[in-house]
Amino acid sequence: MLAYMARRLAVSIPTLLLISMMVFSLQLLLPGDPALAIAGEERSPEVLAAIREMYHLNDPVPVQYWHWLTGVLSGDMGQSIRSRMPVTELIMTKLPVTLQLATMAMIIALAIGIPAGIVSAVRKGTAWDVGANVVALSGISIPNFWLGIMLIMLVSVQWGLLPASGYASPLEDLSRNLQTMIMPAFVLGTGIAAIMMRHTRSAMLSSLRADYVRTARAKGLSERVVVLRHALRNALIPVVTLGTLQLGELLSGAVLTEQIFTIPGFGKLVVDAVFNRDYAVVQGVVLFTGTAFILMNLLADMLYFLLNPRLRA
Amino acid sequence: MTFKPWHAGLLAAGLLTLVASGATAQTLRVGLQEDPDLLDPDLARSFVGRIVFAGLCDKLVDLGPDLEFVPQLAMEWSWSADNKALTMKLRQGATFHDGEPFNAEAVKFNIERSLNLPGSTRRSEIAAVTSVDVVDPYTVRLNLSQPFAPLLAALSDRAGMMISPKAAREAGQDFSRNPVCSGPYKLTERVAQDRIVLEKFPQHWNAAAYPIQKVIYLPIPDTTVRLANLQSGGLDIIERTAPADLPTVRSDSSLKLEQATSLGYQGITLNLANGPKSETPLGKDPKVREAFELALDRTIINQVGFEGEHTVGNQPVAPSNPYYDKNAPVPERDLERAKKLMAEAGHGRVKVELMAPNSPDNLRVAEVIQALAGEAGFDVSVNATEFASGLDRQTRGDFEAFLIGWSGRADPDGNIHNFISCKGGLNDGKYCDAEVDQHLNAARTTTDTAARKAEYAKAADLYLAARQRIYLYHQNWFWAMTSKLKGFKPHPDGMIRLENVSLGK
Repeated sequence: MLAYMARRLAVSIPTLLLISMMVFSLQLLLPGDPALAIAGEERSPEVLAAIREMYHLNDPVPVQYWHWLTGVLSGDMGQSIRSRMPVTELIMTKLPVTLQLATMAMIIALAIGIPAGIVSAVRKGTAWDVGANVVALSGISIPNFWLGIMLIMLVSVQWGLLPASGYASPLEDLSRNLQTMIMPAFVLGTGIAAIMMRHTRSAMLSSLRADYVRTARAKGLSERVVVLRHALRNALIPVVTLGTLQLGELLSGAVLTEQIFTIPGFGKLVVDAVFNRDYAVVQGVVLFTGTAFILMNLLADMLYFLLNPRLRA
Repeated sequence: MTFKPWHAGLLAAGLLTLVASGATAQTLRVGLQEDPDLLDPDLARSFVGRIVFAGLCDKLVDLGPDLEFVPQLAMEWSWSADNKALTMKLRQGATFHDGEPFNAEAVKFNIERSLNLPGSTRRSEIAAVTSVDVVDPYTVRLNLSQPFAPLLAALSDRAGMMISPKAAREAGQDFSRNPVCSGPYKLTERVAQDRIVLEKFPQHWNAAAYPIQKVIYLPIPDTTVRLANLQSGGLDIIERTAPADLPTVRSDSSLKLEQATSLGYQGITLNLANGPKSETPLGKDPKVREAFELALDRTIINQVGFEGEHTVGNQPVAPSNPYYDKNAPVPERDLERAKKLMAEAGHGRVKVELMAPNSPDNLRVAEVIQALAGEAGFDVSVNATEFASGLDRQTRGDFEAFLIGWSGRADPDGNIHNFISCKGGLNDGKYCDAEVDQHLNAARTTTDTAARKAEYAKAADLYLAARQRIYLYHQNWFWAMTSKLKGFKPHPDGMIRLENVSLGK
């Protein structure tokens, strides 16, 4: 077990190095001089020279990379060029915001997708089924940004029920936090809800045709018990797997949703950093995400390892 | 998505518990277009940052609505006979947010910091200052290497913002994270990309004139979402409302609109001599450039691009500016003459590559230019580029024509000298005329307004005829605000000054 873990970890390190090198070189391919992007209107040659000096932009690329890498190894991911905040601090303050958004969106997706899937499977071929399918199809097809703007117009401007955008920390003001997060979470969740609904429906349809359901019905159990206790339990297994796969999807969807609703999360951090050519932040975020993905994969592998004795041989 | 009656009930119940009372009357919530950069006047680079500074940092001199200089931390000032020294009498009783006194020593420290801080973006604005003398505790004298009239305008902007010397010494390069100024409001919180919170500074010398207790600046880049926040009561005032949204604001009785013509300009920068991309008929033949300008109709450009809401113009300053040269009014479109000039020039149809930032309104303007110039014999191809890449290409000379502007400065020198003089740091088209330089330099050395106007007019005759840039329009600042907001005064510099601003019922 320990040897296996060690081997896996050893493989992760070159992967991470490779990712960081790729991101470093990709950034250099981006058109636009970072010094110019930083200077904005104050782009006199004198200011540009000072900026290049300050952020080591004059050094050869491998030297810049080496500066960054040695920093990371000693636990320092550098400073944001724009705000002068340490990159680690930026990531740590933005990440919980996005995680909350993703979690709420997932809850909404499950709360809508699974019941809708059950109803349309049980009432297959009826108006309920067709209706649910149409709604699901629209959920997949309607772009987030459009739905977001429409909701803002309706819920905030017309009805005045929720703030149109913004964010409050749950630790400071939980009610305000939920007010600002519910609409973006809904927008982000609907797309996933539609996918959930489609999968719940097909899994339910196949379980409803299974022998054990026929047996349950033959036993004289009520339709409610047959559907919820026998069919649904088995149908949920692939749906749950799918749900975890959709988490990645949620994080990338958050990028756009955070832009629309001006939520200061991880997605907004990355987008703004790319536009401002804030290399240190882009580097840090990619490295962080890469590490997180590798660790998650490692964790999953270990779980398989624990659960499946045949792998240990 | 599958919406049932009980969902509506649940939603309503949830919302009722969620909807909390609005902010208190003394809190002003301001919607900004971007998140400001560093809150250090000597390192700051963005326009939007200046809006926050307007509440945070007092300046030596302020700018009035008609571009006149008015006292702020300096009560009065005078130039020496040779215009090589500016003496300022300072306000007594002003205090920095950390309790340190404001005095002549503080001014000396601040000016020297602007000149010497590594990475200072202010150095070039006040480079003429060679030394600062503390005449007495409340009098300073700024000694200049040569007469430099635009100095006062620089001191009415970030170079004139005074920060606490003690706080600056202690914080060093990290001052921007906890700026200590002497303005009517002090910083209490900043969450990057989310908000900047200022609270009233009760010891401010003019505290009674600031009824607002707390100011929250919220960056909301999307203009539609910014307006939606104002309409739904989440904001009290927003800056840079999009022209397309103005009918909504005007038709909403709970909102009102204020506007001012900006100090800047928008136009087309032409590459006259910066590298091989300038070797085109447009770059080399003045007749072709004249034909290009005559083919354009500024009113149509303004109409299609901005619902006619901006101000058309043809000079680095707007027609309402005191330094506008009235002898060179905005030219009308003259297609016949444009065609005639093109025939005389004899290049046949001329290809022009017009680079434009990839925002929807800029691209609309570029397409109008394409259509208008097309009628006079130009084949304009529009090259949409992301803003930072565009700036990069412009500096390297990798452009023929670039649709771009400048946010503007209070003194005309700030809109002209750096862009048009032969060695100007922002002269990306590399236009150069020694005679123009003479006039522009002369305008710097005298503080007499009439004499300066005359020099600028002489320079304008030359550079407008050369068409190193084709100035098209001047943006108007549009502030939309709740009708409860009282006392807001629009200024051409686009700032939100909080003096006497209050929120009624």
